[in-house]
Amino acid sequence: MFKNEMKLEFPSKSVNESFARVVVAAFASQLDPTLEELSDVKTAVSEAVTNAIIHGYEDAEGIVTLRCKIEDNKLTIEVEDNGKGIENVELARQPLYTSRPELERSGMGFTVMETFMDSVEVYSELGKGTKVIMTKTFKSA
Amino acid sequence: MQLKFSVEDGCLIVEMHGELDHHSAEGARIKIDNKIEELGINKLIFDFAGVNFMDSSGIGVIIGRYKKLKDYDGKVAVVNLKPQIKKIFELSGLFKILSEFESTKEALLNL
Repeated sequence: MFKNEMKLEFPSKSVNESFARVVVAAFASQLDPTLEELSDVKTAVSEAVTNAIIHGYEDAEGIVTLRCKIEDNKLTIEVEDNGKGIENVELARQPLYTSRPELERSGMGFTVMETFMDSVEVYSELGKGTKVIMTKTFKSA
Repeated sequence: MQLKFSVEDGCLIVEMHGELDHHSAEGARIKIDNKIEELGINKLIFDFAGVNFMDSSGIGVIIGRYKKLKDYDGKVAVVNLKPQIKKIFELSGLFKILSEFESTKEALLNL
């Protein structure tokens, strides 16, 4: 089995959202993805990292950890924060739900991740943080 | 994100260039709202030709402007959506509240 992995840590600044998704796209490019697959992954990473910044750290500064793993043609992406955690993960995953309506958020972040990736798991503990694990198997590889 | 504003037939056209995410959304919404207020216009066309990335933060920007103009009996349209961005529009049900057109010209005829 072919294996590869990477880890990246960065402060929860919104300017790093584009940095994170470009890094994952560059790492995933070794799987020879289609443009559509690459866009799907970038969008899902952007949602998870944005959640960590806005909801995990509530715009205060913290560290976001991004880990990617390749096993043959399967990509696993982990986005972790040590922020406030999600009280009710099931509710947070509902389309249109947002805990911060004052921010003009659409509440579609998890729905986008679920649509664009093959699987999305969310592990969260109040006061400790949240980890989102997403996988996608590339058809073209 | 760079924005270019123009007005045609009483309609504000916003040409967007770059990536529309949480980071760029705040600046975009302020600039667009200021322009809407400055001109007192209630029709808006978002031109996505120069947008190469959008996530769900973009949905918030579009819905927010839609709500604002709705109070003034206004309308919002979008043109030149790339396939990936169209997927996000479809997923979020945005086409229930606004229309997509082939070109700015066609949008102007139908708004």
